[in-house]
Amino acid sequence: MATQPAAGPRIRDGVRAALPLAPSPILFGLSYGVLADATGFGSAAAVVMSATTFAGAAQFAAVSVLDAGGTVVAAILAAVFLNARYMAISVTVASIFPGGKLRRLVESQSIVDESWALSGRRGSFEWPILVGSGLVFYGLWVASTAAGTLVGGVLGDPNALGLDAAFAALFLALAVPYLRERRAREAAALAAVITLVLLPVAPAGVPIVAASAACLLGLRR
Amino acid sequence: MSGVWIVVAVVGVATIAFKAAGPVVIGRRELPPRVQSLVELLAPVMLIALVVTQTLGGDQEIEIDARVAGVGAAVVALAFRAHIIVAMAIAALVTALLRLAV
Repeated sequence: MATQPAAGPRIRDGVRAALPLAPSPILFGLSYGVLADATGFGSAAAVVMSATTFAGAAQFAAVSVLDAGGTVVAAILAAVFLNARYMAISVTVASIFPGGKLRRLVESQSIVDESWALSGRRGSFEWPILVGSGLVFYGLWVASTAAGTLVGGVLGDPNALGLDAAFAALFLALAVPYLRERRAREAAALAAVITLVLLPVAPAGVPIVAASAACLLGLRR
Repeated sequence: MSGVWIVVAVVGVATIAFKAAGPVVIGRRELPPRVQSLVELLAPVMLIALVVTQTLGGDQEIEIDARVAGVGAAVVALAFRAHIIVAMAIAALVTALLRLAV
């Protein structure tokens, strides 16, 4: 890291930086609560998952695999594979966390795509921005999940509402930024082929887990 | 413990560990390049597999129904830089209306 300015950012600067992005976790959390409750995942499980996993895509993946009749193992693997990227993300900010191991363990949970992106905006990663904005996103995410579950139950049959297609649109929108890179496009295309081939022959959930093998393309030179 | 709670517990513990991996375990060292490139490709790969399953998956079959039109409408919306939530709403609306009509 280069020279730190004498008056560096504070936690409250992180909170402030997060506020313009607030609508996104609110709407996203609401829809997660609605979908989780409408598909029978359960309100309590949805809220606890938001409070512990705190990573949208994986949470939606777990709900959607179970809703499609996939097994517990398939749901776990799909979500865990999706979140493995946080290992790489957390390494990029490893050096900015002060204090002992326990403190770093707790504060590292503020890492989420948005807080990570905000914290690196000024060229080098800044701990107060990461933790401050992460706190805002965390609070909004858990609260809006809870609010969403209150609505989900009264909506009725999730498939009559087209929620299965909404899931597909969500995953597609989340994939778009990755697909700018050629290697990611190739791996994604291979994953699509594996999934299509296995859909008619393998039990629900298995095609998704098998498609993860497409990331082995990353080993090529 | 029901299946849902097992999923919540295992995914929660794994994600907490992933997020702590850098700051608590790995520190200033770097991930081996091969691990790094595998991990980077996992997210797009899983997301596309989920898109295919949610759009075409049936009971051990490929099922082409109203969802395809809904997702197609979402693709158009995303091409015009619509917000994720808007694309989701369009997909749900088109699919639900088609199911009502058929």
